[in-house]
Amino acid sequence: MANSINERHVISVIVMNESSVLARVTALFAGRGYNIESLTVAPIPESDMSHITIATNGSSRVMEQITKQLHKLIPVYKVIEHEEMVEKEMVLVKFPIAENLSDISALCAAYNGGIVNVGTEMVIAQVADEPKRIKHFIEASQRYNPCEIVRGGVVAIER
Amino acid sequence: MQMSGAQMVCEAIIAEGVKTVFGYPGGAIMHVYDEIYKQNGFEHILNRHEQASVHAADGYARATGEVGVAMVTSGPGFTNAVTGLATAYMDSIPLVVISGQVPSQLIGTDGFQEIDAVGISRPCTKHNFLIRSLEELPRVLKEAFYIARSGRPGPVLVDVPKDITVEIGEFKYPDSINIPSYKPTYKGNKRQIEKAVEAIKSAKKPLLYLGGGIVLSNAADLVRELAEKTQIPAVETLMARGVMGAKNPLLLGMLGMHGNYSSNMAMSETDLVISLGARFDDRVTGKLSEFAKYADIIHVDIDAANIGKLVDVDYPIVGDITKVVEAMLPQLDDIDTDRFEAWRNILKRYDELHPQSYVDSDDVIKPQWVIERLGELLGENAIITSDVGQHQMWAAQHYPFDRPRQWINSGGLGTMGFGFPAALGAKRAFPDKTVINITGDGSILMNMQELVTAAEYKIPVINVILNNHFLGMVRQWQTFFYEKRYSETDLSFQPNFKALAEACGGIGYDVSTKEEFDAALKDAIEQDKVCFMNVQTNRFEDVLPMVPSGGALFNMMLPQKIDNSKEVK
Ligand SMILES: Cc1ncc(C[n+]2csc(CCOP(=O)(O)OP(=O)(O)O)c2C)c(N)n1
Ligand SMILES: [Mg+2]
Repeated sequence: MANSINERHVISVIVMNESSVLARVTALFAGRGYNIESLTVAPIPESDMSHITIATNGSSRVMEQITKQLHKLIPVYKVIEHEEMVEKEMVLVKFPIAENLSDISALCAAYNGGIVNVGTEMVIAQVADEPKRIKHFIEASQRYNPCEIVRGGVVAIER
Repeated sequence: MQMSGAQMVCEAIIAEGVKTVFGYPGGAIMHVYDEIYKQNGFEHILNRHEQASVHAADGYARATGEVGVAMVTSGPGFTNAVTGLATAYMDSIPLVVISGQVPSQLIGTDGFQEIDAVGISRPCTKHNFLIRSLEELPRVLKEAFYIARSGRPGPVLVDVPKDITVEIGEFKYPDSINIPSYKPTYKGNKRQIEKAVEAIKSAKKPLLYLGGGIVLSNAADLVRELAEKTQIPAVETLMARGVMGAKNPLLLGMLGMHGNYSSNMAMSETDLVISLGARFDDRVTGKLSEFAKYADIIHVDIDAANIGKLVDVDYPIVGDITKVVEAMLPQLDDIDTDRFEAWRNILKRYDELHPQSYVDSDDVIKPQWVIERLGELLGENAIITSDVGQHQMWAAQHYPFDRPRQWINSGGLGTMGFGFPAALGAKRAFPDKTVINITGDGSILMNMQELVTAAEYKIPVINVILNNHFLGMVRQWQTFFYEKRYSETDLSFQPNFKALAEACGGIGYDVSTKEEFDAALKDAIEQDKVCFMNVQTNRFEDVLPMVPSGGALFNMMLPQKIDNSKEVK
């Protein structure tokens, strides 16, 4: 069956700002056995709504159920299953200051980022790019012995 | 007007036109109960368990079509109510349940009788609210009733912290509602409806698959009109019993795991399923890949998430059954009803081949006989509730339901203990109707404390216990699928049901012959008091036909053919 192939999908959920709305969304995923790969949420400027971006995976039937079930939640205003989107993710990486900083700097630059903070023992690099490229960046940065990596989760906007 | 939060709760209930509230007090909700004491806009019925309060409100809602209201305290009061919420949720019943909560400052501190009510009830309510401030209380109450009854109905919980019930503020019950994120679709898509009508006209073996949504939408008359106009045969789900009326020649019966032969065969052979307010539950479909294998599917449902959830749908229509069928009817004026005659004849033949039957006995009461007898004696005048088990299935199979809302049972969740309190709610709504709870010796004990409620408030519900000294439905599965290992289903040890009823202020009857049954029923109706009618039936009767779980609908275990010879068990 064509609709049983598991694929990665990104959905945007526009919700009313209510205290428990995020719990409703995540409980729906947990209760129905859907995956959450990443989740970001922030208020939409000058409105009483927030934008939740969820990266998930499932067959097309599962995706259809996810969007419909999300839409059924009372405070959910709109659900967008992204097809043509611009997708970005941010990552912060902490490196020991003893590493080759110019190499790190060059690596970050190749991924639209740079060193954003320098301390006595550590430097912090920031990169924002497509999720796939973030993955490559993290792999490449391994040789500089990163001591902490924090990924931000995906945000997306339909083209 | 200035008033306390507790008063606001009462005022909202009155403004919504609710006449009866079922509930149980406790610490966190005491201010509201204090206001209940002072008002006379509605009556309050004190059940003897919160689960029963919610089921009673649910029975009231199912019988009337209006929103049922229950009230409970925080902590254990609320947790006792959860089964009631889940039961209503699974069958899309409009309820508003008000629960007390510990004072706002104590929330999150594991205070006395604190439990996260909105957290627990999230997956078993349509929506729920924890009140944060007195200002939002009137609006939330208004929204709660609106959400409960609109769109696909369902239960809504409003959790009110105690401090907010004391606080005084301005009360104005809103006239209108604006929830930008909640706009149910009522009107079906015009183009889709046209396409569906074309499909009906060109089908050879169409079948109306009728579900509980028709009852919720109060669309039974329209659906009957649709069937009569098109002469398309119909099958009903457990939740739709009464929609077509038992005497309607187009009704084949109930389909599904315990459906009759012609209904299940019709679904297996149809070329066009016209699904109205049904949701393709696994107890209905059996093995999905074999379900309606040769058919295109029209699916009308107010809940878009039901469409395409389990089966691929050719003509999806999101909308209210009433609105959609109204739109369909005029487009079917020119339908050629002869077209389906051959199909109707095949199905008639199927029904003659294997009618819904059982082998009666003169030595022992058969449970099916009891149901048929009730049907003969009470027919369309009674409201029938039931618990869960074999007795429920026999009631659904054999009672001649004539109208929607005559049959009240827990279909989706299958909650033992539902029937008696639900009957209280139905009887309170329709005091002039005879209300019978068809129950089992297992189920009735799960809310038997309601004898006291019924006796106190003089709610004369007749509990007909089909006593097989077994958790019969589970026993039946053990017989068929577990080589007769009757693990923990033997209920040979029994209470004295007659004495139990009498101890609580009701009447008890011990019945072991058909004559005794008739006499007991006559007396029960005349006495007008709550009663237990303990009817001894044969122990090993099975509910048939039966489609083994996960099997194809057309592979039924069928009842023995009747040959008029006496059967001794
Ligand atoms: C609260 C609850 N617990 C357990 C079950 C599982 N169950 C389904 S039917 C049944 C047996 C019911 O026995 P009884 O009420 O005597 O009815 P009978 O089948 O004998 O007619 C049980 C235990 C259930 N449906 N609900
Ligand atoms: Mg039993």
